[in-house]
Amino acid sequence: MKRSFMQRAAAAPHIVWSVLFIIAPLIFVVYYSFTDLDGAFTTENIERLFTSNYVLIFVNSLCLALISTVICLVIAYPLAFIFSRMREKWQRVMVLLIMIPLWMNFLITTYSWMTILEDTGIINSMFKAVGLDPVHMINTPAAVVVGMVFCYLPYMILPIYTVMSGIDPKLLEAAADLGCSGWHVMTRVVMPMSLSGVVSGITMVFVPSISTFYISQKLGGGTFQLIGDTIESYFVGTAINYHFGAALSLVLMILILLSMAVMNHYSDAEDEGGRRIK
Amino acid sequence: MKTLSRLYLILVFIFLYSPIAVMILISFNSGESTTEFLGFSLRWYREMFRDSATLEALKNTLVLSVSSAIASTVIGTLAAVGIDRMRNRFLRGAVMSVTNIPMMNPDIVTGISLMLVFVFVGTLLGLESYLSFWTLLIAHVTFNLPYVILSVLPKLKQMDKNIPEAALDLGCTPWQSFFKVELPFIMPGVVTGLIMAFTLSFDDFVISNFTSGSSYETLTIHIYSMIKKSVKPDIYALSTLIFAAVLLLLVISNASDSSGEPKKKKKDGADKKRRMFLMRGKEGGVAK
Repeated sequence: MKRSFMQRAAAAPHIVWSVLFIIAPLIFVVYYSFTDLDGAFTTENIERLFTSNYVLIFVNSLCLALISTVICLVIAYPLAFIFSRMREKWQRVMVLLIMIPLWMNFLITTYSWMTILEDTGIINSMFKAVGLDPVHMINTPAAVVVGMVFCYLPYMILPIYTVMSGIDPKLLEAAADLGCSGWHVMTRVVMPMSLSGVVSGITMVFVPSISTFYISQKLGGGTFQLIGDTIESYFVGTAINYHFGAALSLVLMILILLSMAVMNHYSDAEDEGGRRIK
Repeated sequence: MKTLSRLYLILVFIFLYSPIAVMILISFNSGESTTEFLGFSLRWYREMFRDSATLEALKNTLVLSVSSAIASTVIGTLAAVGIDRMRNRFLRGAVMSVTNIPMMNPDIVTGISLMLVFVFVGTLLGLESYLSFWTLLIAHVTFNLPYVILSVLPKLKQMDKNIPEAALDLGCTPWQSFFKVELPFIMPGVVTGLIMAFTLSFDDFVISNFTSGSSYETLTIHIYSMIKKSVKPDIYALSTLIFAAVLLLLVISNASDSSGEPKKKKKDGADKKRRMFLMRGKEGGVAK
């Protein structure tokens, strides 16, 4: 009795910590969203979010994040499949090679991308050397997408690969023996079985890309604003307004929760389909 | 097909490694530019070691990541033990969901929400500068905790509950049973948690950006402010050194992983490492 009480009490510091530094901060976000500078209740901050300026920022961020997520998925899926069919020793090497860029600080790698994409940067010098016209790349939405795909691609590859490496190769052989074409083996066996990896990959790429501020500042050059930039500018920038910044974050959080709920809904439905095949 | 997939691999790796290659190349540049390579020199490495602000930031980062890793490992391991023993399903579920919040939330929201608390308490106490080493430490422990808990919990689940019972029957006090029987068993999970917490702390920029004052600059914050001004190749020199250190550690840990262990275990090790990184990516399902 004594023992079990003591051991359950072991979680107490963590629970206190969570209340103070996880729950309380979220309550503060809500509190600040609905108050003005004097602390009086107001819905002004939320209303201001629905003016065209901010709606555009949200739409922009959503679009860029979706595009990056889709590109990551398209690149990662075949790659993860190729990895999962390699010999085990090589699989380990490949995973290591995918993980190494994750260890580089993204501030630096993003800055390197500036060096690569600039008007006088590496790609354009190469173009010049072979006699092509330079292409303007930096400070465009495309450059931001490149930065996001670079930063978050490993987070798409790794979960998909983990699920795929768990698929028994005999299953694929069996499907082929029973008359599936190569295409059908992919769409009817591999894809349903790897869906859980795809879902976690998508959340892992989507959440950081919709809330990034650094990548868009550097590679977008301030030509357009994303939610992350906007939030940051209200907290550490020149136009500090915690109340409006909090309202922006609140909406961002709700947006992410909604998209995750939609994702989970789909994955649950598809999961059952996958199980039926198994 | 084989050549096609090989070509594809090469293209993806070129994409993933070109910024790193650029960084390493430019760090040896003899000129001031970060776009034009004028010739090989170690000039920027020398300048970096002469720059006291950078070294100070490196020291700050090490102090912060070691202390936050230790604090979150202690609190998190205790929490995992407590959660594992919880019989009330509702309470257990509630604690787990709250624990997962910092992993699910975008970093920027975690950062600003903590900042709001610090600002509020700071103004309440009438402090002039409320952001300091301590606020940074609180923030880092907060985002490290879920990773520690999630790496210790599975180990506790694997453990046969009869073993600590037996220790008690054989005359151990509850404390002895915990430290002599349970702790050694869950140690691999604790160590994974500790390493993860350290790397997450070391690498964090977004949350630190909102919770660090001007008095305590970490490496990432320092890099960020350097980039805001003029960029010289010294940042690249610094990052190249960090990269080399990380690479060395990875190679060592991988080499020690593959030697001596039986073949079956090897795969478990690789899986664990993979999972470790997946968890960083807010895989909500890990808790299950």
